[in-house]
Amino acid sequence: MNFVHIILLGMLIVCALAVSFTRNLLTSLIVYMAYSLIMAVIWMFLQSPDLAITEAAVGAGITSVLFFVTLKKIHAIKGDSEHEQAQK
Amino acid sequence: MSKRRSDWQTRPQARIRKWFHEGFLALDDEIISQISQDSEPHQSYEALLEAQEEAVETRKHERTLALDRLDQYNVLVWARTRGRKVLSALHVILALVLSIMMIFFLLETVALMPRFGDTQAPGVNEVSQRYIEKGLDETGAVNIVAGMILDYRAFDTLGEATVLFLAACAVLILLRIDRNKDGSPVEELIAAESDDRHYEPRSDRILQGSAKILTPIILLFGIYIILNGHLSPGGGFSGGAIISAGLILYLNAFGFEKSGRFFTNKTFVMVSFFSLSFYGIAKTYSFYFGANGLDSGIPLGTPGAIISAGLIMPLNIAVGLVVACTMYIFYALFRKGGL
Repeated sequence: MNFVHIILLGMLIVCALAVSFTRNLLTSLIVYMAYSLIMAVIWMFLQSPDLAITEAAVGAGITSVLFFVTLKKIHAIKGDSEHEQAQK
Repeated sequence: MSKRRSDWQTRPQARIRKWFHEGFLALDDEIISQISQDSEPHQSYEALLEAQEEAVETRKHERTLALDRLDQYNVLVWARTRGRKVLSALHVILALVLSIMMIFFLLETVALMPRFGDTQAPGVNEVSQRYIEKGLDETGAVNIVAGMILDYRAFDTLGEATVLFLAACAVLILLRIDRNKDGSPVEELIAAESDDRHYEPRSDRILQGSAKILTPIILLFGIYIILNGHLSPGGGFSGGAIISAGLILYLNAFGFEKSGRFFTNKTFVMVSFFSLSFYGIAKTYSFYFGANGLDSGIPLGTPGAIISAGLIMPLNIAVGLVVACTMYIFYALFRKGGL
């Protein structure tokens, strides 16, 4: 285990804690994306590029997009339209 | 705190207190006045005594009732104030104990696992050795993972693709908004579409410009990963996910009108149906005719060439198509309940 591994694992733990401790749902979602990306790099280091590709595509990509849509559906993200209405 | 809430809290308390403290005095006065009213000259002394005893009995009964009510009320007040605090503290303590126990057991389990890359680990046995030694000869796939999941354990992969398809069906049942029988949109659909206007890009230049450049590259990369599934890392699932990410980016940048020109409900149904049935038929064929060293009649080709490894490449394409369509339709359903 070298220096880079330790940094990556530390960041993984920090991200995992931050996801559960942030109050803003959008922020925790973006932290979750970062978690997936770090996990993809760690899979690469563990010599499983198959998993790394899948983790980057599904974990950081599709899942987060679906979460974004869900947050917008439940009005957890304030959209542009509300800003426009507020300005009017 | 709202006014209603404070009323609700103070009113019964004040009422009961008043009743409890003043009630007996008022009751006494009432009884005395009743007795004095009843004590008319034609009534006998016994009747008077009887009436008095009756009044005393009712008074006792009233008193026990009031005490009961006060007890109940005190319990309620305690549950609302201190009881709630005690319960929440208990919750916190129990949750902490449970979490620490879980962490302890998980760490204990991890500590008992073999080290990464240990040759003495139980995972390193003759099965994996045989796969590594004979995998290339038997499946023709340079990427041993593809050979594993689409040849030796293809039945598992069929199950996974079916699970994904079933998940898409469940989401379809839950989120899809149907049209009327004559094809006109129902009220819910109109509301969902007007709600979906908030997602529309309003010709965002940055998003559209980057989508124009990125979408073809992402799609090409996904196709590359699917087609090279038997040669390099990747395969149907990851390639399909990448393709669907590209499609979602295009949809976000240009809206449903443009993406609807090449991807409709019919496309989804046809692609999923043909891919899954091709997978099922191809695997049934190779299970019946190619298992246990029988000759299936499908040439394996030279390992390393793009057209090689028998059925693995077509199967990868089928899985990739199913995954791409499913992910894309998930997104469309979440956004406005249909394509």
